[in-house]
Amino acid sequence: MTTVDRNLDQLGDHGHHDEGSYLNPKYGPIATVWDWMTTVDHKKIGVMYLFAVLFMFFLGGVAALGLRIELLEPTRIDETGNLTGAALSFLAEGETVSQAAVGQAYNRVMTMHGAIMVFMFIVPGIPASLGNFFLPLMLGAKDVAFPRLNLASWYIYVFGSLFGVFSILMGGVDTGWTFYTPYSTTTTGQPQVIAMVLAAFILGFSSIFTGLNFIVTTHKLRAPGMGWFDMPLFIWAVYSTSIIQVLATPVIGVTLLLLIFERVLQIGIFDPGLGGDPVLFQHFFWFYSHPVVYVMILPAMGIISDVLAVHCRKRIFGYRAIAFSSLAIAAISFLVWGHHMFTSQGELAAMVFSFLTFFVAIPTAVKVFNWIASLYKGSITFTTPMLYVFAFLFLFSIGGLTGLPLGTLSTDLHLHDSYFVVAHFHYVMFGGTVIAFLAGIHHWWPKMFGRMYSEKGGALGCALVFIGFNMTFFTQFFLGTQGMPRRYASYVDEFTLLHQISTYGSLILALGFVVHLVVFLHSLFLGEKAPQNPWGGLTLEWETETPPIEHNFHHEPVLTHGPYDFDEVVPPGWDPKDYPLPEPTPGGHKH
Amino acid sequence: MASIDTHQPALPQPGKEKVPLWQRYTHGHHWRNADDEFDGAKIGIWLFLATEVLLFSGMFCAYALFRLMYPESIAAGSGYLDWRWGGLNTVVLLISSFTIAMAIRNVQLNQQFWARINLLITWLCAAAFLVIKLTFEYIPKWSDGKRPGALFDYPFAQHAHENVWWSIYYVSTGIHATHVIGGMVLIAWLIYRQGKGAYGPTHYTMMEGVGLYWHIVDLVWIFLFPLLYLVH
Ligand code: HEM
Ligand SMILES: [Cu+2]
Repeated sequence: MTTVDRNLDQLGDHGHHDEGSYLNPKYGPIATVWDWMTTVDHKKIGVMYLFAVLFMFFLGGVAALGLRIELLEPTRIDETGNLTGAALSFLAEGETVSQAAVGQAYNRVMTMHGAIMVFMFIVPGIPASLGNFFLPLMLGAKDVAFPRLNLASWYIYVFGSLFGVFSILMGGVDTGWTFYTPYSTTTTGQPQVIAMVLAAFILGFSSIFTGLNFIVTTHKLRAPGMGWFDMPLFIWAVYSTSIIQVLATPVIGVTLLLLIFERVLQIGIFDPGLGGDPVLFQHFFWFYSHPVVYVMILPAMGIISDVLAVHCRKRIFGYRAIAFSSLAIAAISFLVWGHHMFTSQGELAAMVFSFLTFFVAIPTAVKVFNWIASLYKGSITFTTPMLYVFAFLFLFSIGGLTGLPLGTLSTDLHLHDSYFVVAHFHYVMFGGTVIAFLAGIHHWWPKMFGRMYSEKGGALGCALVFIGFNMTFFTQFFLGTQGMPRRYASYVDEFTLLHQISTYGSLILALGFVVHLVVFLHSLFLGEKAPQNPWGGLTLEWETETPPIEHNFHHEPVLTHGPYDFDEVVPPGWDPKDYPLPEPTPGGHKH
Repeated sequence: MASIDTHQPALPQPGKEKVPLWQRYTHGHHWRNADDEFDGAKIGIWLFLATEVLLFSGMFCAYALFRLMYPESIAAGSGYLDWRWGGLNTVVLLISSFTIAMAIRNVQLNQQFWARINLLITWLCAAAFLVIKLTFEYIPKWSDGKRPGALFDYPFAQHAHENVWWSIYYVSTGIHATHVIGGMVLIAWLIYRQGKGAYGPTHYTMMEGVGLYWHIVDLVWIFLFPLLYLVH
């Protein structure tokens, strides 16, 4: 009696013995470029996404610095009739530069910052780059389920982003990233608005394709022996994210389509003058955009779970709680969109949404407590990824907790549309997602590029980012509670000091990123060669070569231990880093 | 020793020259076997269909909202539509859904000729749907001035918000018609590939996928038809 043998080739050798690293150039330089542009290898696509989203992060970051520099001083007309303190005045149109014109310029830069950061950086961000690279590796698969769809998603992403950049080059959009009507249907600059909205529409397809691909990959391409609860938590997080992407993005698709029709044909669905309803736009928009904040944060949470476990060498506390809380977040996130519209809907609806909003905080808190519990009695190493994990725990907690007063109706009436909201979402999106992204990039950098980075440099960058970030945004909580509204180019004199601290903080933050850039470039060209498993991780990506070979594994790996079984796999007294992981046994057996 | 149906095509027999494409197909390099690949594709298609449903559900929400806001305008607007054209189109789409299902069955049984006939009928039905929609509905209505939003120019309107009705009507049926066009492109591709012998009993993923898509396009119309034509 034999065991099922129809999968013979899956377990036996498949001829990937003397394959080189996926990074090896094969032919000449032109052929290499062609090879990358037509590749269906998820690793290359992941790297291409990584560079693309980081470039967009850079563009959005430049815009942000522009905003902060504008806010260094309040804009005033002095005795001689000159405009002072208006750093963006050069962008204002027209002969006489007025305060209003500066405000317009500010709004354009603000929208550019918001739209780039949300649609082109943070939404695709982690799943499309690190997710693409590591999801198949962590599952022990050769590739994602639909490799060509994966490449198509990258091209659609680039195409959509070009529309966005094109819109900016034509003069930009001043609607805010939320495209609220009637701003988006009446402001000047017809072609730019359409281009920007189209950009978001097109980017939606790339998001759906990525999500769909990951869901199928997770279902069908797990290594033999890997059940759902043997998957690393990063996979759970990316899986939950993908569900949101697939289910929420079509709604924004149809919304943006309606917006374009509204703008081009004046169909009037959102225009009260024609009998339409502008609040309908807000409902549609947030029905997508609230779940999407969890598209931003869930993969970050996944990174934290995995990086934290590896760098403190401990089984993660409450594996199932963390896994299920990802799914719970994905589900609840569809029920709370109304909390962005407390001031534009009926009282009853507002109360219901407020109530539901508190629910979404529960699974989030479950995760935070589990991470902190996992640290207990772990052997914590203070590597750069781990420093970023600590930064995350600290900053994300602040971000999450400040969401609660915003979800409370009575306090939100005061805080709505103020700098408090700005500070809140930067603590979750930057303090959460970007910080975790940095943790993940450092953690997986050696695997992706085969080189170590300088720990000292990484730690220095982390310190600057942490200090700069808090200076920039903690001040904004005070500004908000004192009444500074968001989306203004100027302010009353009383706010000057806090705004200045914030602006100087943003420069420190930028410096931190420059340090990271230098460290990474140094690593790419002069870094030490990375070993196969520099941190002692037990997930499958560490069981293949560094950098991985083209088809990921020499043999199809068979799972012999769980992702966090540090106690079981590593003999006592050993450092997991030194412990040679067993060669995955071809045709091996389950544990 | 239990034998397992491997879904693997029979190996080409020596002497028989022409092995059709579908028999030569094994499976993608990164899949373990053809079954997994087929299942994966099926999940992918179902997820895609979910996105389609959600896309249209946005339009259904807008419809519900405006029907609550302006019940008379919506009822009056619906009164301008002739249920017989809508009904005919419903029948046309139902037939096409049936024929594409038959085509898949034919391919599974390797009845290539009938598969081809059924695919052709499906394609023609799709075309007929669009022709009916355009010549008997869109064009006459548009030239009467029954247009969306600010373009509305119908002198005999009885209610203030009939323009909103037309916006909903044109956008939802327009998005649906776009999907019909998309379906025609896909079915044309099927006809082409089927002619090359690409589909057969062991390999028909693409047919199955397009078929499911076509059923959804049909299903959406089944909802649109009563909501738009039968409410007055
Ligand atoms: C504990 C969980 C959270 C709660 C209770 C919460 C609550 C809220 C509320 C009530 C608002 C609306 C404030 C207003 O406009 O008056 C808001 C805004 C926002 N939140 Fe959160 N939030 C949470 C977590 C997150 C996370 C994880 C993210 C993203 C990663 C996020 C991103 C945002 C953004 C981007 C906005 C502002 C949108 C805009 O108006 O431009 N939030 N949050
Ligand atoms: Cu929200």
